[in-house]
Amino acid sequence: MNREEYKGVYVYAQQVDNKVSNIALELLGKAKVLANDLGSEVVAMLLGSDIKDQAQKLAEYGADKVIVVDHPFLKEYMTEPYTQAISNIIYEFKPDIVLFGATAIGRDLAPCVAATVHTGLTADCTKLDIGDFPMTPIPGKETLHKQLLMTRPAFGGNTIATIAIPDFRPQMATVRPGVMQKLPRNREAKANIIEFDAHLEKNNRYVEILDVVKKVSDYVDIQDAKILVSGGRGMQNKENYEKYLRPLANLLGGQVSSSRAGVDQFGIPKELQVGQTGKTVRPKLYIACGISGAIQHLAGMEESDLIIAINKDETAPIFDVADYGIVGDLFQIVPILTKMVEQELAKKAEM
Amino acid sequence: MNIVVCIKQVPDTAGGVKFNPDGTLDRAAMLAIMNPDDKAGLEAALRLKDEYGAKVTVVTMGLPKADAILREAMAMGADDAVLVTDRVLGGADTWATSQTLAGAVRALDYDLVITGRQAIDGDTAQVGPQLSVHLGLPIVSYTQKLRIEGDYVIAERMFDDRHHVLKVKMPCLLTALSELNEPRYMTPGGIFDAFKKEVTVMGRKDLVDVLDSNIGKVGSPTQIAKASDKVRKGAGTQYIPEDATDAAEYIVGKLKEKFII
Repeated sequence: MNREEYKGVYVYAQQVDNKVSNIALELLGKAKVLANDLGSEVVAMLLGSDIKDQAQKLAEYGADKVIVVDHPFLKEYMTEPYTQAISNIIYEFKPDIVLFGATAIGRDLAPCVAATVHTGLTADCTKLDIGDFPMTPIPGKETLHKQLLMTRPAFGGNTIATIAIPDFRPQMATVRPGVMQKLPRNREAKANIIEFDAHLEKNNRYVEILDVVKKVSDYVDIQDAKILVSGGRGMQNKENYEKYLRPLANLLGGQVSSSRAGVDQFGIPKELQVGQTGKTVRPKLYIACGISGAIQHLAGMEESDLIIAINKDETAPIFDVADYGIVGDLFQIVPILTKMVEQELAKKAEM
Repeated sequence: MNIVVCIKQVPDTAGGVKFNPDGTLDRAAMLAIMNPDDKAGLEAALRLKDEYGAKVTVVTMGLPKADAILREAMAMGADDAVLVTDRVLGGADTWATSQTLAGAVRALDYDLVITGRQAIDGDTAQVGPQLSVHLGLPIVSYTQKLRIEGDYVIAERMFDDRHHVLKVKMPCLLTALSELNEPRYMTPGGIFDAFKKEVTVMGRKDLVDVLDSNIGKVGSPTQIAKASDKVRKGAGTQYIPEDATDAAEYIVGKLKEKFII
């Protein structure tokens, strides 16, 4: 393998129902930073049926080039035609780096592509850098420059590893949603749009879709929320989430979320669950109310910028990650807090 | 029908994760268990066996002590068990692991291969999909429901905001979610039988159609540049307020300090 042949930072521009997903824009933001370090370009791979109109949006968020594969087989996400299409792009264009979102789709697609083209893949990265491998020189071993260094948590966030793929190309990673920053939209931006025939051919790995059942959700994605007011076992019941947490979240322009205990015991919807088996969130402010802080919960929220915890039990593990931990009764504190926040905001509005 | 279920032995996190005094993970103090998603995959296989009749074979790649989860699987009702173990297979990433498992599965009869979605130690969810590519099988990831119709599997594949109902011709591969079912317990008779049965041990030479350059540490495209047990960021300030008003004032002060309000 000649590493010099492989160029460009490629992003799988995930779309659902012909609408580009937020994760694709986040990946473009990161790809731009990596491409600057490498002196290369950012390329978005857009797959779907009647999908071309989404290419401009990718340009506006940082793509220098958009490779479009437009084919009826690609209308709804299916493992095999998508794997074929991305693999054939890789064979044709030889990217240095390929990034996918660590979404349900990305975590199905990326490993199949890596297995097809024979390269390495690092799952669920929270940090990507360009640097040397080995990171510190080892006598007798060649130091490679401008390698992709991929950092990921494992074991529910208890261990952390930095991975490199020195001898194979492309270097591939899936990246957690909500971790990378998208660029400000530039409506003037233009990209070179390439329509690519990926030579899709039906084989035994194609499966038949009998039905697509969409869940109707009344909830805003908690991964997009800048502020989360989150409840746990200490909330006692579902009604208390509405009574105590919702008003505070509304005032702060945030959302209500929950630990697993709230989902399992009080019937809070699963899509509002933060944690290892729920969603990983990274808001500017996370207020944990009556959450003890099981390790699986901490793994889903400890990267938040600011964590405030209110809990009666001063030994609760949530206090191990909270920037400010308040030992007390949430049912007394939260209503007063809500009132005070309201007054503060009113005061500010007058100024 | 022949069903092969791939399972992995992992350290248990449910009983509480144990830490060393410096905040790093104390692996030695934690129990080794059958990975939860894999157990759901095994349960799904056993239910198909109950309903349609099938021979269920469990396969694990690991150290000799992984024998324990194979015995557990047989005590739950698996018919055969295969331990893939060899010094040269160590240090494998997901590419090399899926190559190795493919080599073992090729040596067996199968109509259906089931893996868990992901293991709780690595959390990559890559081995199942990569195994499907190496074996040239259609895949249904994140299976939350399934049934058999003739030569076809009808399966529900879970995605974030939707599920797909898929019709897939066997042989095929499914990855199971722990939400798929509630795994059965071992039975006393099953435990007794499980320890009388033979576990088939496979080494490097028993793997079918696998290159030396694709196994173990040498066959792994990914390499660890740096690894550490994560030291948690550590507690901030704990505040014991005089009363609820004092607590609320304290929080408001912090929110103003951080320009949130």
